[in-house]
Amino acid sequence: MSDNSHIVTSYDEDLGEMRNAIIEMGGLAESQLEAAIRALVDRNSDLAQSTIEADVDIDELEKEIDNKAVRILALRNPVADDLRNVISALKIASTLERVADYSANIAKRVIALNTSETTRSVSAIPRMGELVRHMIDDTLTAYAKNDAELAYAVWHRDQDVDQLYNSMFRELLTYMMEDPRSITTCTHMIFMAKNIERIGDHMTNIAEIIIYQVTGEAPKQNRPKGDKTSVTMIEHGDTKAK
Amino acid sequence: MQMLAEVDTPVENEEKAIISARDVSVFYGDKQALNKVSLEIPVNKITSLIGPSGCGKSTFLRCLNRMNDTVEGCRVEGKILLDGADIYDAKVDEVLLRARVGMVFQKPNPFPKSIYDNVAYGPRIHGLAHNKDELDDIVLTSLEKAGLLKEVRDRLNSTGTGLSGGQQQRLCIARALAVQPDIILMDEPCSALDPIATAKVEELIEELRENYTIIIVTHSMQQAARISQKTAFFHLGEIVEVGDTEQLFTSPKDERTQGYITGRFG
Repeated sequence: MSDNSHIVTSYDEDLGEMRNAIIEMGGLAESQLEAAIRALVDRNSDLAQSTIEADVDIDELEKEIDNKAVRILALRNPVADDLRNVISALKIASTLERVADYSANIAKRVIALNTSETTRSVSAIPRMGELVRHMIDDTLTAYAKNDAELAYAVWHRDQDVDQLYNSMFRELLTYMMEDPRSITTCTHMIFMAKNIERIGDHMTNIAEIIIYQVTGEAPKQNRPKGDKTSVTMIEHGDTKAK
Repeated sequence: MQMLAEVDTPVENEEKAIISARDVSVFYGDKQALNKVSLEIPVNKITSLIGPSGCGKSTFLRCLNRMNDTVEGCRVEGKILLDGADIYDAKVDEVLLRARVGMVFQKPNPFPKSIYDNVAYGPRIHGLAHNKDELDDIVLTSLEKAGLLKEVRDRLNSTGTGLSGGQQQRLCIARALAVQPDIILMDEPCSALDPIATAKVEELIEELRENYTIIIVTHSMQQAARISQKTAFFHLGEIVEVGDTEQLFTSPKDERTQGYITGRFG
């Protein structure tokens, strides 16, 4: 009874394949983000281009996971933790697909930025990127190990990303006020930062799904929220970033 | 607008129990089949009893209308209250009890009589009809409630055993309904039926819930999940877990429940 495998071994194989595909997809999503950030820092349009093109692989993996999950639902009638596993896989796959879209969008903006001469300091973006990449990494570990505690830790960490994003948003607004010629670059960078911030939000989503999958219950606390940019105003004369 | 949070935590209804089993133990000779089982059966709901073979779920079901009295060497301890009165009290007439707590078995077992007489049998021995018209009325209503009337209206006098398996099972349900029970016990009522006949019986069970309390023993997890509101998981003569069916099949609390319903042990 304590043996955790199913009496029908092919059922375990089906579930295992589906889970492995999720981990593979997450790994790809993580390296996509890393590549997009590197392309930004190195002003490398070739790397950006290949990052955009690699998005297709992730889309393919999502379809594959969908098919596997639907097959398990149809053939195995999963219940309890098995059912939660299948439902989670479907949701996580679609979330990861969007995460990859954000990285591809960052890569597109890198190509646009590289056509301009301006080089504003972009250090906050790689820092945010690194923070979020770690979130992806830990989320995948939490998924692979069914570790609800680690998922909770990721869930809380999204606040740090939000704070970094808030200060960067203010900083870029100030730049634009100081020098209107920087508006194009800064706008692209705000969107990049927003993309990374959204990836962080999606990791929070996945962490919630993992918590539900492992414990059978959604997190009881309210989700930590720290993105204040939608209410941020900077007036003329208030040029010092806070 | 209804908020999701409100949907997730439904207001706990004061659930009225029609049957309360308290510390029920059953012995067949020296062998103990049930060990101090306590369970509340909510009125007008479908309660399913699940568990591996030999776990005691059928034994428990058979306690509820004292069917175990017919088994030699069987001893029942503890209390089973039906509307507050102990059904194992010496004053209880078990024939009347079984009219109130009807039973449908695994294999359809119509009497080798006409369809009409199968249904009329119970009302006749319990003297529920005073004349032919009243008896006709009971038979037709019961067949109607069992969803069988349309199919057999023009052959009420042909033999019940000539019906298909699914029809025979619905005939047995009609027979149980004819004595106006409050509770219907069903011991794997669909295990001998094909999927279509199963679906018809399940549909019928759901309709019957409005007027009757139903307790069903089933080996089909999907069936328990589909039709019941409350599920009890039996293992080795004890109840391991009991709860709302939906909760039990999505997030069971006990590892053994999880292992059994997901097919990890049996």
